[in-house]
Amino acid sequence: MARVQTSIIITIWAVLLWISLPVLSWSQHHEDNHHQASQNETHAESHSDHHEAEELDFSAFIKHHISDDYSFHIAGDVSVPLPVIIYEPGKGLDIFLSTAFHHADENHLSRGKYYYHHGKLVIPDLNTDGSLQTDEHGHPIGKHEATLGDLISGNKHVFYNFSITKNVFGLLLGVSLLLIIFSTVAGKYKSNPDKAPSGLQGLLEILILFVQNDIVRQFIGDKHYQRFVPYILTLFFFILINNLLGLIPIFPGSANVTGNIAITMTLALLSLILVVANGSKHFWGHILNPPGVPLPVKILLVPIELIGIITKPFSLMIRLFANITAGHIIIMSIIGITFIIQSYVVGVVTSVFSVAMFMLELLVAFIQAYIFSLLTAQMIGQAVDDGHHVEHETSHH
Amino acid sequence: MELLNPNVGLVFWMMISFLLLLVLLRKFAWKPIISTIKNREESIHKALNAAIEAEKKLGTLKSENEALLAQAKKEREEILKEAREARERMITEAKDKAQQEAGLLLASARDNIQNEKMKAITELRNQVAVLSIEIAEKILKEKLSDDKKQQEVMDTILKEVTLN
Repeated sequence: MARVQTSIIITIWAVLLWISLPVLSWSQHHEDNHHQASQNETHAESHSDHHEAEELDFSAFIKHHISDDYSFHIAGDVSVPLPVIIYEPGKGLDIFLSTAFHHADENHLSRGKYYYHHGKLVIPDLNTDGSLQTDEHGHPIGKHEATLGDLISGNKHVFYNFSITKNVFGLLLGVSLLLIIFSTVAGKYKSNPDKAPSGLQGLLEILILFVQNDIVRQFIGDKHYQRFVPYILTLFFFILINNLLGLIPIFPGSANVTGNIAITMTLALLSLILVVANGSKHFWGHILNPPGVPLPVKILLVPIELIGIITKPFSLMIRLFANITAGHIIIMSIIGITFIIQSYVVGVVTSVFSVAMFMLELLVAFIQAYIFSLLTAQMIGQAVDDGHHVEHETSHH
Repeated sequence: MELLNPNVGLVFWMMISFLLLLVLLRKFAWKPIISTIKNREESIHKALNAAIEAEKKLGTLKSENEALLAQAKKEREEILKEAREARERMITEAKDKAQQEAGLLLASARDNIQNEKMKAITELRNQVAVLSIEIAEKILKEKLSDDKKQQEVMDTILKEVTLN
């Protein structure tokens, strides 16, 4: 009996400690910012301004957490340095460690040209007198890291960031874990093929068979499904492991990989490519020349169908990104309430709340991996369908 | 809106690592795992079918055995019954025969006795006849030894004859 009680108490403490880690790291972080602010700013701050700054700081902290960064922040001043790889068109590659950003500000640019502030990197433009051009908040402006928006709008005033950022690190960690786990499990299958699965193998076999039979086979059909099993399995486990790693509040977890639009966009793009590449005659025929439809309606219908090819992967991209990011924001916000209200009682309540949210996020981690794989399989299923089971397919909608 | 604007570098790393992951897992994980599971499924299926067949065979074997056993029992009973009947029949036959024999023996014994008796009676009669002749001879010899007596006899005989 006593042993059970001790283990319960230890568990409760472990959970509280686990939950409080991001909180502790925030309060430390916040103090640092406050110190810096009081050092840099010359004019006196009013009391109300101070409070407003605190609340703003917290939302900035949340935003910082869910965004990418050049180093992996752990707590306080402690962070794991990561390699920075910058390609500036016309000036070539620049490779260095993120420790170069320590103690840099407007007056001391890292490596003579980089201005780093809250996870954002800028190569500032200089005024004619050699001083930095700044925006209305006093932050330097200049070349920023290239986004898809810049590529589309043709903005050439950018640099390309190929750094191993926090998200790339998380991504590589997830990929390595998947490789280690599945090569081990595959080895187990090879060494004793006729034995019942045991341990991790047993858990993964359930998931593998679930994805194969209840997702891929069901939505693509017996005729074509085998080609797509490896892709959907990889997709499912990639999303799942990154969702779960993102829920671990400390290094090396906590990177918001699947809650990053670049990641979800790439996954959605691959799904789109698969659909377009595997579209059957029947599929394209129904889109470009819908049978049994009068011409005026066809003129209306064909663009809608074409847009429909794009909107499905687009919704996949947004769904995964929004769900995972929202989960992170909600957990951080619940923890943040304690620091905004500054009460121990609220702290206890929010701790319980955040445990509940973590549980919910565990569920969401599985559900989102499942939904993304399922909808991808459905899209592919519609594309490869050669019209022999039209009624069966339409009954799914 | 920054969150909604994909970073080119991240897309680059994502594309490389995800495609690499896909290729490696496909070759070293999914193919061996799925083929093993499939083979195992087939072997389980086969084993199950074999078990069902064996059970069926066992069932038919069992019913055959039971039929054989029942038949054997029936046969045994029949044999026993026949044996019992045979025994009884033999006993009655033996009894009948014995009785018959005894009857025959008795009859022949009775015949013998009768024969012997008849023989004995005949012999006795003969003996008595001989004896009576001898006695008569002796008496006659005595009576006829003198003339007077002889006369007397003659007279009595004549008397008798005339009387008749």
